Amino acid sequence: MYKSFLVKYGEIGVKGKNRYIFENMLMEQIRHALKTAEGEFEVTKEQGRIYVNVVSDDYDYDETVEALSRVFGIVGFCPLLQVEDEGFDKLAETVVDYLGKEYPEKNFTFKVNARRARKNYPLDSMEINAELGGKILDAFPESKVDVHNPEVMVCIEIRSLINIYSKEIPGPGGMPVGSNGKAMLLLSGGIDSPVAGYMIAKRGVALDATYFHAPPYTSERAKQKVVDLAKLVARYSGPINLHVVNFTDIQLYIYEKCPHEELTIIMRRYMMKLAEHFAKENRCLGLITGESIGQVASQTMQSLAATNEVCTMPVYRPLIGFDKQEIVEVSEKIDTYETSIQPFEDCCTIFVAKHPVTKPNIEYIKKSETKLEEKIDDLMQTAIDTVEVIHVEAE
Amino acid sequence: MEAYLDNSATTRCSDRACQLMVDLLTKDYGNPSSLHMKGIEAERFVETAKKKIAKTLRVSEKEIIFTSGGTESNNLAIIGAAMANRRAGNHIITTSIEHASVENPMEFLKEQGFDITYLSVDENGIISLEELEEAVTEQTILVSMMQVNNEIGAIEPVAEAAELIKKKNPATLIHVDAIQSYGKMYIYPKKLGIDMLSVSGHKIHGPKGSGFLWVKEKTKLKPLILGGGQQKGMRSGTENVPAIAGLGEAAEEIYENLDEKRAHLYGLKQRFINGIERLEGTHVNGKTGEDSAPHIVSVSFEGIRSEVLLHSLEDRGIYVSSGSACSSNNHAGKQKGSKTLRNIHLKENLLDSTLRFSFSVHTTEEEIDYTLEVLGELLPVLKKYTRH
Repeated sequence: MYKSFLVKYGEIGVKGKNRYIFENMLMEQIRHALKTAEGEFEVTKEQGRIYVNVVSDDYDYDETVEALSRVFGIVGFCPLLQVEDEGFDKLAETVVDYLGKEYPEKNFTFKVNARRARKNYPLDSMEINAELGGKILDAFPESKVDVHNPEVMVCIEIRSLINIYSKEIPGPGGMPVGSNGKAMLLLSGGIDSPVAGYMIAKRGVALDATYFHAPPYTSERAKQKVVDLAKLVARYSGPINLHVVNFTDIQLYIYEKCPHEELTIIMRRYMMKLAEHFAKENRCLGLITGESIGQVASQTMQSLAATNEVCTMPVYRPLIGFDKQEIVEVSEKIDTYETSIQPFEDCCTIFVAKHPVTKPNIEYIKKSETKLEEKIDDLMQTAIDTVEVIHVEAE
Repeated sequence: MEAYLDNSATTRCSDRACQLMVDLLTKDYGNPSSLHMKGIEAERFVETAKKKIAKTLRVSEKEIIFTSGGTESNNLAIIGAAMANRRAGNHIITTSIEHASVENPMEFLKEQGFDITYLSVDENGIISLEELEEAVTEQTILVSMMQVNNEIGAIEPVAEAAELIKKKNPATLIHVDAIQSYGKMYIYPKKLGIDMLSVSGHKIHGPKGSGFLWVKEKTKLKPLILGGGQQKGMRSGTENVPAIAGLGEAAEEIYENLDEKRAHLYGLKQRFINGIERLEGTHVNGKTGEDSAPHIVSVSFEGIRSEVLLHSLEDRGIYVSSGSACSSNNHAGKQKGSKTLRNIHLKENLLDSTLRFSFSVHTTEEEIDYTLEVLGELLPVLKKYTRH
């Protein structure tokens, strides 16, 4: 029944003179997202509104709705009936027919909300509201008018064409991806990092990602799982360049030279350094991690300070104040949870000390790191030179 | 060099079986139930496969039911027998080291109100005949046990067990999971005194998705898959003719010169074990001589995580299985890991350090030597990075 959708966007509507830039980005993101839906679409901007029009004979409604509900920047969208102006009687007939199909139970409360953008239409807004309301009451005797709190808001917009709609499907909100640059996500196989990526992407930030692979201590399947997670995040963030860094030799070297209770912290410091290297190389403006205060030993305030100390770029930690359950809820909402809990080890437990430091002292850590001076630069360089970049797109 | 030492997981399909299957997929692709010539031809291939299999077991070809593999065969035997005989009693006996495709049907039957007894095993994975004899009662309708354990290669005393069971309760049905033993030893169900036997195709160089259950004539069994009544109603669904024919071919082939093949496998096993014992901190689990399966060796490596060693071997072209999946970082919180290893009371610190090496007729001495050489290199390095 529907051949178009009216897209509503909130925040970007108030961006002053830059508004058109945001709108164009949003349209671009909508076009990209619709590639996953069956059908051909045209995204247009008319008088400050964005429309998605179906141009193919057939399309998949559910897939289209799903695709649109993942585009950041969309506050809501309305499946739209667009008709030619063939006189008021014909319009009333169409509206009654439409309501009959959309609300087959026929006993709703409603309000007609007409807007006459084309001023040469013979009836004005108030007249349309009254006349059409009467026709609807005649057609559905069980329905009632409720101007304050209607169940169904029947919207009629008289433009060159006439728009009829009554349903608004919520979008994810946020800002169009790309409108706020790009950041590098440290992606592990766990629950948190995909959620962190999603949350930053929601604010209009495009993503690249870095994953630390430690064969043979982590398996090919663990890597595949990270690729799968990146694909799921890419449904929201758009394509991701996933940097797979072979971290084994660095890990073993740290293990050999440094006190074991400091392993995790030192390891993470080198991970941040590497991620920052790839971030700069790819013109990212920051790093993103899934850390939340106190979740594990390496995420105490002291540990976060110790890992943060090596970074020159801002590190965004959108989950910092989240409890685990809150993170799980988002991961379920964005459908990464099931993949995240597959039991392949992300980083082998043999490198985790039984009693890791929870309050690392940066001076001690730095002192331990001096023991790595002999080889660490070469190992870092090798890790950089051998990085594998996988271009990941949503499926 | 590449060494595929995971033949208890699956084997390479034999050329003979493959060729036949290609012909059946592309030329003689009829449905055995069709009335026309194409159907009759297809039916002949099914009959031929049955004959070939029946010959290896010295049973009647009428007693073979084709299935989708070992798991289905075990399900059909256990659930089918329990459902058909529930009026005779509600007690079932099995062992504590069975494959999941036996264990889970048992758990299902438990939920349905059956009483299940799990027999313990000794440090070599062998059941106790005394415990078995004691467990059999008038209520016992079924005993299901494996002939060769898939993780450590223990051979269970099936013939002796069957004799004891039938002496105590002649009505008790005996099902044997022969998925790891078929094609590795001579199995004559009538001589063993059993009623049902499960076999999987892809463990004997046949195709995946193929298998059969041998069911002694007149055994009461209820089908699990209902439909068009194929295979005398015991397993509905159009017969998977290519897989069935491939399975028949593979069965015939693997029993050709079996004595030589067994000698070859036992030779490899001995060579491998000798080499392993020279390496420090290794333990071979279970029996090691000709009283164990010829193709399976379970080894524990002190202080090394099995998953890490597995991937290190993989890096060098050597493919094996871990005796137990890692349980230390398990999000689901469910106890995983090997039941067999736990039940033979392997030391806690070795549970997560055990690999299974399994050979086939294609395995060579060079592959064994190469594997030993690589292990010799890897073990000292990996041991350095142990969790303290």
